[in-house]
Amino acid sequence: MKFTLSWLKEHLDTNATLDQISEKLTAIGLEVEGIENPADGLEDFVIAEVIEAAPHPDADKLQVLKVNTGTEILQVVCGAPNARMGLKGAFAPSGATIPANDMVLRPTKIRGVDSNGMMCSERELGLGDNHDGIIDLPQDAPVGTKFTDYKQLNDPVFEIAITPNHQDALGIYGIARDLAAAGLGQLKTGHIPSVEGSYDCPQKVILQDPKSCPTFAGRYIRGLKNGPSPEWLQKKLRALGMKPISALVDITNFVSYDRARPLHVYDADKLQGDIVVRLSEKGEYFEALDDKEYTLNSGACVITDNSGVIGLGGVMGGLSTACQNDTVNVFVESAWFDPITIAMAGRQYAIDSDARYRFERGVDPETVTSGLELATKLILDMCGGEASHAIVAGTIPIISKTLTLRPERVSHLGGVDVSEEEIIKILQNLGFQIEKSDSKLNVTTPSWRCDIDGEADLVEEVLRIHGFEHIRATALPPSTRDIKTGLNPMQKRARTAKRTAASLGLREAITWSFLPSAQAKLFADLDPALILDNPISSDLDAMRPNLLPNLITAIGRNVDRGFKNIALFECGNQFKDDTAEGQSLILAGVRRGQNIEKHWRETPKDVDCITAKADAESILRAIGVKIDNAQVIPEAPAWYHPGRSGTIRLGPKNILAYFGEIHPVICRALDIKGRLVGFEILLENIPFPKNKIGNSRGPLKTSDFQMVERDFAFVVHNDVTSASLMRTVRDTDKKLIADVSLFDIYAGAGIDEGYKSMAINVKLQPENRTLTEEEIELFSSKVIANVLKQTQGKLR
Amino acid sequence: MDDLQKLEKDILAAIEACDDLVILEDIRISEVGKKGRISLLMRELGKMTPDEKKTFGPKLNGLKDLINNALSDRKSALELKELNIRLQSEKIDISLPTLPENNGSIHPITQVMDEVTEIFTELGFSVAEGPEIEEDFYNFTALNIPAEHPARQMHDTFYFPEDEKGNRKLLRTHTSPVQIRTMMSGPPPYRIIAPGRTYRCDSDATHTPMFHQVEALVIDKNINMGHLKWCIEEFCRKFFELDNVKIRFRPSYFPFTEPSAEVDIGCAFKDGEILIGEGDDWLEIMGCGMVNARVLENVNIDPNEYQGFAFGMGLDRIAMLKWGIPDLRDFFAADLRWLKHYGFAALDIPSLSTQNNKVGGDRKIGGSSSSENMSDSSPLNQNGGQ
Repeated sequence: MKFTLSWLKEHLDTNATLDQISEKLTAIGLEVEGIENPADGLEDFVIAEVIEAAPHPDADKLQVLKVNTGTEILQVVCGAPNARMGLKGAFAPSGATIPANDMVLRPTKIRGVDSNGMMCSERELGLGDNHDGIIDLPQDAPVGTKFTDYKQLNDPVFEIAITPNHQDALGIYGIARDLAAAGLGQLKTGHIPSVEGSYDCPQKVILQDPKSCPTFAGRYIRGLKNGPSPEWLQKKLRALGMKPISALVDITNFVSYDRARPLHVYDADKLQGDIVVRLSEKGEYFEALDDKEYTLNSGACVITDNSGVIGLGGVMGGLSTACQNDTVNVFVESAWFDPITIAMAGRQYAIDSDARYRFERGVDPETVTSGLELATKLILDMCGGEASHAIVAGTIPIISKTLTLRPERVSHLGGVDVSEEEIIKILQNLGFQIEKSDSKLNVTTPSWRCDIDGEADLVEEVLRIHGFEHIRATALPPSTRDIKTGLNPMQKRARTAKRTAASLGLREAITWSFLPSAQAKLFADLDPALILDNPISSDLDAMRPNLLPNLITAIGRNVDRGFKNIALFECGNQFKDDTAEGQSLILAGVRRGQNIEKHWRETPKDVDCITAKADAESILRAIGVKIDNAQVIPEAPAWYHPGRSGTIRLGPKNILAYFGEIHPVICRALDIKGRLVGFEILLENIPFPKNKIGNSRGPLKTSDFQMVERDFAFVVHNDVTSASLMRTVRDTDKKLIADVSLFDIYAGAGIDEGYKSMAINVKLQPENRTLTEEEIELFSSKVIANVLKQTQGKLR
Repeated sequence: MDDLQKLEKDILAAIEACDDLVILEDIRISEVGKKGRISLLMRELGKMTPDEKKTFGPKLNGLKDLINNALSDRKSALELKELNIRLQSEKIDISLPTLPENNGSIHPITQVMDEVTEIFTELGFSVAEGPEIEEDFYNFTALNIPAEHPARQMHDTFYFPEDEKGNRKLLRTHTSPVQIRTMMSGPPPYRIIAPGRTYRCDSDATHTPMFHQVEALVIDKNINMGHLKWCIEEFCRKFFELDNVKIRFRPSYFPFTEPSAEVDIGCAFKDGEILIGEGDDWLEIMGCGMVNARVLENVNIDPNEYQGFAFGMGLDRIAMLKWGIPDLRDFFAADLRWLKHYGFAALDIPSLSTQNNKVGGDRKIGGSSSSENMSDSSPLNQNGGQ
């Protein structure tokens, strides 16, 4: 909403400065988004008269002018075709900045002739588009006067943001009323005298849907003469960025901005029969004032006559009955439309108009008649003619209501002490009517505040006028009941998992929760309920069933940037269906390339399935999974390489993680070259430890006796897994063996085809004695026998 | 006797002159070895008279000790010399580059979420979460957002297809449904924050179809707007690491709160940077208000007994402000260069237990921060003298 300072002051008697007004507007909820003064930057421009105009000796299109600026006579070279002796215009002296191009004027020579300053066009001053010639002022323009003073340009324009509950501030009178209530001046009378009509209104109005249009006031004015509106009105509209069109149109715009009252004026000679206001039928058609044709659905509130639809009520009028310059007889409409009906229609047909903007927020019903009177008076003043008696079809709705306010609620809810007297004063200044009843106030809302419907709204009214700055910051008291605070175990787990992943060298990414459905289908039988009806683009139409595809395509983009070694992870939700249970929290990671860049100290290694397994295990361990208790089985979902992937689980139903090489078919489908490995941690599947003994870790048990190490190398069939071999070794004597580790794998020369050698280190920790050489030998032979029995493996 | 003195002098001189451990060992053997000169003299003792023994014996023993000590000292000295020579020869190029660290990082959104969580959990809040695919009731109806509200239109909200009952699920447009779910899951009081992903059908320079919000909800007996103001001031002071941050509350409007306010933070706009804590400009950072009685009624809480406040802000936005990140869209592009520059080290975990090391009241927002520059991503401020 825009308004000028001078227009505001027509309704508000105030000595407040521009800054004070601006601060107060924001403080009472009418946030100032900007203030622009058209005179800014034009301070140096004065009215000057051309006292001599001679041709330039060296240029056909230039003239050499002698200009009287009121203080001196200067020579100016000018290219404007309308420059002539006797012309009075806007002169920019040397040193002035031309607003249109930020050029600073300097004394100069143009084609060899001295030139001091410049006679300006409207465009150069930023005042309009006219650049056909320099500004040509009336002959009575006083030479030497500041151009901005002469043109009265020194009138700041405010732009304020209007929240949906301040429909009253969509008229400048309403803004003045709010400021006056906030103590910034005196509201001038807003009274509008009635115009006596001299004959009965010949136009009939019939309301067929009182819900969408409960009332419609109108008046016939005959024998008028339309034409340009007076300069004062044009200037007002231009200052707000509107284009003056004709007196009749300008008047409706004026009333709309001055009183938040939209009107419509029909060319009465183009109306065919009675005006009937009703709901539209599907397929009805009309041509609106925006020159567009609309085919309507059913249910919109339309203004019709015998010719059909002539307007979309409260949104936009129709072309067929529009006023023109030759219009002689008019019918003025001042109606009230249901805000929801207007909002729906405006949205459905995508029409933004000042009328819609006001009606959908709720126009003051009382202005149905006062607005009509104001418009009539202005039309008669500007266009002449003869007004009929006013007619009012339907009943003006009463939206005022009486609410109860307990004065102490201002402090209890608002956190600020305001005396009852002050509360009453503020509300009365805002137009509320107060009646005291015991310790309560019965508050009747004014007709222009349809948004007020509860005690809290009244508290807000008091608070915003009293000032939000007076609210006391008060430390939060302890909760009246013990409540849980902090992170819950799952949130703590996610946090630890993310930090661990980052410590493993993966960079956290956050990618969209959606992806192309074609990609989603690679990872799930996509539930149609997970495809958006209105995606932002077809590339983002499905909710992700898995975190990997977005990570994989992100890696692809980074490969395109020239990166080779990339490791990304993301922690977020994936979606199985559209229920709350179908959403699950996953941490997934993908690596590509080698573990390190080329380095003198270490040879980089390609990332592989076991790298992904290590990532998964490290994260699982960090969030409290005892990895030794988990099963690792060589099975994984279809998006992994069938022979190079695995599942970490506690049981068939309790899967903790997947890891492995990404299936080449997936890589190809997602357009990425090279081997990728990835993992997915199913964070919500991991059981929380049963905390039976609190945080105690139990005593540390150590042995005073020496630990013994033995190495074994077994030749086993390729099908024997390292895990089963190590388990077999460990099972030989679980009590004595402290640790079993695999330190070498070999296949090739010296080993039969289809077999491999695995070297294992075993640490023995006796508890109560030092092992003798015989005991160690005995143990070794047991290990060898056990491996032979369980795996057919032989000592190498 | 003179012989002994001469012998002592000769041997000590030889030891002193010896420059080689092998020769030193030879000296030892030839003087105090089994067949060495001193040992041979010792043997002579047996042939002496008791008186001679009495005088000669101690002297000879003394000489032997003297020589042994001299040998030992000389040996240590030579060994040390030899060690020093060896160590000199072992010199390496200590300018050699070490193996690069694991270049992992944490996304600024996670970092800002952890910071916000740290601040509010210290104030006694817990963290609540909820589904991102929501029902109309939780996202709109319960929050007093009527059916005709513009937010409910297709151009603002992502919708899923209608099910057979005519219900349409949607992507939550804010984390407020988590407030509703919290209030419906147990009796008041509540003190929660709800951080998470949110979605709006919007995509331009300053909007992305997915973004992050955190909302707070406090419902209890006797909670008023002063408590809301305190909470927000506490938050801003700790989050922006400023002792005297300027905060402005301005009346505003939201369907789910009444009274409602928007919160501006004092700042200056200078050369394309935003300087928080100085200047006379204001920057809007959040919306807030007292929970509308209708919202409480919608979740069967008696607004005459319980009341409270809620506020919400964009996590992406406050991260951009704090760390000077210029473009929202980059947050979700997973560009390694961006992740490296704006990411945080794994162990850069926000903590409230450290002091603000910033001098003065001003804080320049807009400097770059990265995991490579740990001091820049300093921990949250815990002010003394609250």
